[in-house]
Amino acid sequence: MCLTDNAVKDRNNRMRRVRAVEKAAEMIVSLCAFTAVAAVVFITLYMIANGIPAILQVGCKDILFSAAWKPTAQEPSFGIFYIILTSIVGTFLAILISVPLGLLTAVFLSEVAPKWLAAMVRPAVELLAGIPSVIYGMLGMMVLNPVMYRLEQRIFAGSRMHQFTGGANLLTAVLVLAVMILPTVINISEVSIRAVPPELKVSSLALGASPVQTIFRVTLPAARSGILTAVVLGVGRAIGEAVAISLVSGNSVNLPLPFLSVRFLTTAIVSEMGYAEGLHRQVLFTIGLVLFGFIMVTNLILNGILRGERKAR
Amino acid sequence: MRRLKDDMLLCLIYLAAFGAEFLLIGILGYVFVKGFPQVSWHFLTTVTSVLQGTTGIAGNIVNTLYMVILTLLIAVPLGIGSAIYLNEYARPGKVVGLIVFTTETLSGIPSILFGLFGMVFFGTALGFGYSILTGAFTLALMVLPLITRNTQEALKMVPEAYRSGALSMGAGRWHMIRTILLPAAMPGILTGILLSVGRILGESAALLFTAGSGYFLPGSPGRWVRKLFASGGTLSVQLYLSMSKAQYSVAFGIAAVLLCMVLGINLLLRILAKKWDVL
Repeated sequence: MCLTDNAVKDRNNRMRRVRAVEKAAEMIVSLCAFTAVAAVVFITLYMIANGIPAILQVGCKDILFSAAWKPTAQEPSFGIFYIILTSIVGTFLAILISVPLGLLTAVFLSEVAPKWLAAMVRPAVELLAGIPSVIYGMLGMMVLNPVMYRLEQRIFAGSRMHQFTGGANLLTAVLVLAVMILPTVINISEVSIRAVPPELKVSSLALGASPVQTIFRVTLPAARSGILTAVVLGVGRAIGEAVAISLVSGNSVNLPLPFLSVRFLTTAIVSEMGYAEGLHRQVLFTIGLVLFGFIMVTNLILNGILRGERKAR
Repeated sequence: MRRLKDDMLLCLIYLAAFGAEFLLIGILGYVFVKGFPQVSWHFLTTVTSVLQGTTGIAGNIVNTLYMVILTLLIAVPLGIGSAIYLNEYARPGKVVGLIVFTTETLSGIPSILFGLFGMVFFGTALGFGYSILTGAFTLALMVLPLITRNTQEALKMVPEAYRSGALSMGAGRWHMIRTILLPAAMPGILTGILLSVGRILGESAALLFTAGSGYFLPGSPGRWVRKLFASGGTLSVQLYLSMSKAQYSVAFGIAAVLLCMVLGINLLLRILAKKWDVL
């Protein structure tokens, strides 16, 4: 049976249409894929373009290494040194609390717990990760701040030097941060602990090590690159958290000491962007740029760890 | 001696795990006990107004719905398209490396920086001002990595035989993706979408300076579209503002509503995960 002319034309038309759709689809999805690239490029450019002017105007030293933050004074000064220091110290302390707790919980979930018990704790961790940050801030303000205030009153009773903060201090912020990054630390380290080859554990047990010794001397060291990833991700989350700690940290620029009211990079932006104008506003963008720098550094470290891991395999 | 040390470490492990469990129970209990008495039909369906003496969050609920739907409308096609390109079209190389790297970077950028960027780019440069639209564009960039990554994982799980089978029967690549791969990857895609909804619901830092804090309901039907270009605070933003203004009872009410939504999303995710196992 042979095809008539019309049928041939019809088929050719259809084929052409199909081919056009195929081509268009490929074009469109490749464009989609470049959204992320474009977004990162634009964000980087805008951060730099908006953050640099204030540095040029005020001077690098006066902005980054001066501790005097008086943006609305007659003769304003824009030193953000204490703010940077607070972010670093606060993040470090939060990691110091969260990583041991998170690691132990991850060990519990992957190595110790019977199935039914793990099935109770794991959903709890997932839910903790899903709770909005502003709710953590609210709880910190309603629960932790009063406790801190009582502690403060006891410690500094009779001290004339201390300015009372009502409990809104670095310590509260650190505790809230520690809770907020806990799910990240637990999840990532659990995955990496699970990925440790069972042969390692079995040989350790066969050599006479107890299960607990095996966990701490064999399994955890073998999972160290994953655990490191968890720590770096935790650092990234902690240094970028804004609203939760802005509710509990008191918001005055101070040295990061436990019972002082402090201001972080993020909370500086949150608390002043609403009304800042002119140079003050530009300095807030400089703070954003500094934060962006910190995030990029943690990203690069993360990338390095992941690449090292791939090479090791 | 060794026994003692082992037991102590084991004890610590149990303590840490139960700590996490009790933390969650404590948080849920505290918020629900303090929050549910505030929640009433009235609270959910009226707008806060000094004149009428009402306190309600209807406006914020509508804003939240707008924000979720609009953000997903922007981010889901982009994310799925991007994942399809990475998994089905692109050959491994520098370009793919760049896309993966930027997607990772995007997921590491804190929401407050997204807020700053959204404010100066979508708000000022593109001229959308403080509006729900600005907020949605900003959040779309924020959740893009979630959708891309989950779709990609799902596509990777689809057996290679599906692809070779469809292609060898003469299907075009796109036809194969549309009719075979995407349906098979649907649970993974839905997971990404649900995770995104969770992030949008809980986001406040990125929205404070992009979508603003309006809390009124759109008046006449014609205003429902114009609402896109007006400022609108979501539930989380309103919760933050209520806390800063020391209106604690409103804050607890919103917190209870938000937590219910988060619990609902979690439940759906759990159901989806079960579906995946069946596949």
